[in-house]
Amino acid sequence: MSSRAQILARVRRNQPAWRALPDIPSFERPLVDSWATFASALARMGGSVAVPSEGVALDEFVRARFAQARVICSATPEVAGTRSISTVRDPAELEDVDVGVVRAAFGVAETGSVWLSEREFGVNVLGFLSQHLVVLLDPRTIVPDLHHAYRHPGFHDARYAVFMTGPSATADIEGVLVRGAQGIRTLTVIPVAAAATGSATPARRSS
Amino acid sequence: MSRVDHAEASSKFIEAKDHADFHDKRLWDLRKKRDSESEAMPEWETLRTLASAIKEHTLTHLGDYLEEFEKNATANGMVVHWARDAAEHNQIVHEILEQHHATTLVKSKSMLTDECEMRPFLENRGVEIVETDLGERIQQLDNEPPSHIVVPAVHKLRGDVAEVFSRTIGTDARNTDVLYLAESQRRHTRPYYLKAQAAMTGANFAIAETGSFVVCTNEGNADLGANLPPLHIASIGIEKLLPKIEHLGVFVRMLSRSALGSPITQITSHFRAPRPGTEMHVVLVDNGRSERLGMEDFWYSLKCIRCGACMNTCPVYRRSGGLSYGSTYSGPIGVIIDPTFNLRKYSSLPFASTLNGSCTSVCPVKINIHEQIYKWREIIAKRHQLPMVKEEAMRVAGKVLASPKLYRAAVEAAAAGLDHLPRFIVYNPFNAWGRQREVPSAPASTFRQWYVKNRGVER
Amino acid sequence: MKVALFIPCYVDAFFPEVGIATLELLERLGCEVDYPLDQTCCGQPMANSGCHDDARGTEALFAQNFAGYDHIVTPSGSCAHHVRDQMTAIEQTPDVQAVRRNTRELVEFLHDVLAVREFPWAEFPHKVGLHIGCATLRGLREAKASEIDEPAFNKPARLLSAVKGIEFVQPQRPDECCGFGGTFSVFEEPVSAKMGHDKVEDHHQAGAEYIVSPDMSCVMHQQGCARRAGLPLKFIHIAQVLNGAPA
Repeated sequence: MSSRAQILARVRRNQPAWRALPDIPSFERPLVDSWATFASALARMGGSVAVPSEGVALDEFVRARFAQARVICSATPEVAGTRSISTVRDPAELEDVDVGVVRAAFGVAETGSVWLSEREFGVNVLGFLSQHLVVLLDPRTIVPDLHHAYRHPGFHDARYAVFMTGPSATADIEGVLVRGAQGIRTLTVIPVAAAATGSATPARRSS
Repeated sequence: MSRVDHAEASSKFIEAKDHADFHDKRLWDLRKKRDSESEAMPEWETLRTLASAIKEHTLTHLGDYLEEFEKNATANGMVVHWARDAAEHNQIVHEILEQHHATTLVKSKSMLTDECEMRPFLENRGVEIVETDLGERIQQLDNEPPSHIVVPAVHKLRGDVAEVFSRTIGTDARNTDVLYLAESQRRHTRPYYLKAQAAMTGANFAIAETGSFVVCTNEGNADLGANLPPLHIASIGIEKLLPKIEHLGVFVRMLSRSALGSPITQITSHFRAPRPGTEMHVVLVDNGRSERLGMEDFWYSLKCIRCGACMNTCPVYRRSGGLSYGSTYSGPIGVIIDPTFNLRKYSSLPFASTLNGSCTSVCPVKINIHEQIYKWREIIAKRHQLPMVKEEAMRVAGKVLASPKLYRAAVEAAAAGLDHLPRFIVYNPFNAWGRQREVPSAPASTFRQWYVKNRGVER
Repeated sequence: MKVALFIPCYVDAFFPEVGIATLELLERLGCEVDYPLDQTCCGQPMANSGCHDDARGTEALFAQNFAGYDHIVTPSGSCAHHVRDQMTAIEQTPDVQAVRRNTRELVEFLHDVLAVREFPWAEFPHKVGLHIGCATLRGLREAKASEIDEPAFNKPARLLSAVKGIEFVQPQRPDECCGFGGTFSVFEEPVSAKMGHDKVEDHHQAGAEYIVSPDMSCVMHQQGCARRAGLPLKFIHIAQVLNGAPA
């Protein structure tokens, strides 16, 4: 008998009497200001919000904010950066990226999270190898909480989907909080409405 | 196999005062942070009830959900393997690595791989393994197991980490700055992600409906690993199944709040299919779980989502440290699952508890931990795995306390002649009590003597 | 109201004043109190060690001694919890089930059955750290545990707040276990003693003069620690305070 068959047989033999699956109630709460809730939650998790001044183009804003950056790699056509994700063939090429730029599909007010998949990253590891990440987020896409967030169809068709909430972090040594552990050191959300035709992302590459 | 002596190990732990004090305060702080989160959510107790019910439903239908998961995961392009036990898990992983000529592996935190003792198995076969989680890496470099399932090096102070790193990755031994140490590990580990041929992760949850699995981390290490090498292997215990994506709303909301008092981990990743041109393998592991499913008093332990909240609240764990339990799983959850791995070896663990019950109160899936601890004690006593001294003391106590005459003789003697606790409580000379405490003083008469004298006559 | 009094072995042996205060208090409140003379123990020490066979004789004796009473009261939360929730080594006849059901810890009895809220004879003008043992807290649910998110309630505090002059001080960890745990106190002595010392130090730092508790077993352990540490803490059972122990 294969291991699979053995395991399943043992499981089925030992399963206790059936218990019903509960319905998950709706925790609807009127969300007064979803942007403010989101921004506050994001700040708590170590992320920041940046709003370009009137008339300043996104590209210019990003370059000015990361003046020392040599490589700005963008996965969204709204920001050119110095390198487009569409040129990347091997994910390891992103090792030298100072700033990655992406547009998130939506945000979650409860936690200050943004949602991204391979569509938004172009190359997944852009969200982790970059030293810094800039995330464009349309405030209208912010949902109140994770129950709402998990209704997003992306969980059923994306190969890889991630909630990013602030920068990478650790407190493994003496409980001292370190922001910028092994992934991104900073995460900056820029509230920008998505273009009416939807954000055109570069053609999906192999990774 | 020799028994773990928790009391002995705890004595050494407590002696290192600075370490012990820090350990206790740090974990109590995590417990308080959890409290803040739970108090801020009016639906907290409702979510606990839901999480518990969802897990109980899933476990009682586990066969179906495992098959559904496998079907969907396979359709998504993953390869699903089944391992009956630790040895088979290790063999499967090794075979996958061999097929891909992978000799360098980066891995994120997975208690299951520790449980299976995978690392020495693979290292003996020429695989270089780099633990990427900072706490796990410290422990790996120090050749010591992790002590806590969420914060593996919580028992170490920065000076200890500086010593380990200077010895192994060439940092400055005199620099104990935490940011410096963390940055050093970041820089040292980064090249490994780029050159590794394979990455391993665990999984916090596996979703039957979509054939996907979820990995919750803070450091970015799991996702660096998973998204660089062309091979990703995920080890998943069969009890990690959940039916649907919507259930993640409940569990992801509770996991990090329970573990660290933070609303969500910095990175919460959902893997449903491999990146084109790469491979993703899932190893579903039994290793005693299906057997535990059939244990009427103990199957609830399978609901565990490995948050560590029970460890943080446990006053015994905080003052003895995870390593004193001698097992991958320590603290309250360890106490109730370790005896299923080896009853004799872990027979002292269910007694490393005051049965205070706060573990049960903080468990996000409402495992009745302290009740299971109580039940394990009965099994251990029945199988004569108690220390002889205790077994004898209880036998004597049982006889004395069942007889009014014997009891009265013992109590009156104890009350009268008092350097010792009543012998029916402790059979040994009870130096144990008196090491750090004064004994109660002798009253003029017992209550019963007073009562007979003042209120009634002997009938 | 007729009440049977159960006095745990360690109270009988070491803290008879607690038994006396309990008896007097119940009588003051109008109860007719019986004290079955052949009582010994509830079986908890053996049962908590997993030795249910060894507990059987003691549990049977308990059930026998207290059969027929509508109310069995004991100044010990852990004993009441054991009888109500864990006394299963003996056959569960209707009589046994009745004895189990009818057993209550003193505070429960005063608060829930007699519904007493006033103790006009009692005065205790001291700073008090209240210690509720874990079986009393989480087993008998006499107060909200700090880790459960529910509306606050605290039966021992409610009763004590009626005592003239009493002032509660709050330790940093109000309901962390003190480390007695029965035989744990001996077989896991290092951790037990550390927990006890931490507990009394916490109360001391909070400014407590007295630690008041419904659980003398915890007190016995904490008192031992405090005395060894030379802390100026005094210990008293809640029955004694409510009964009007001298200030």
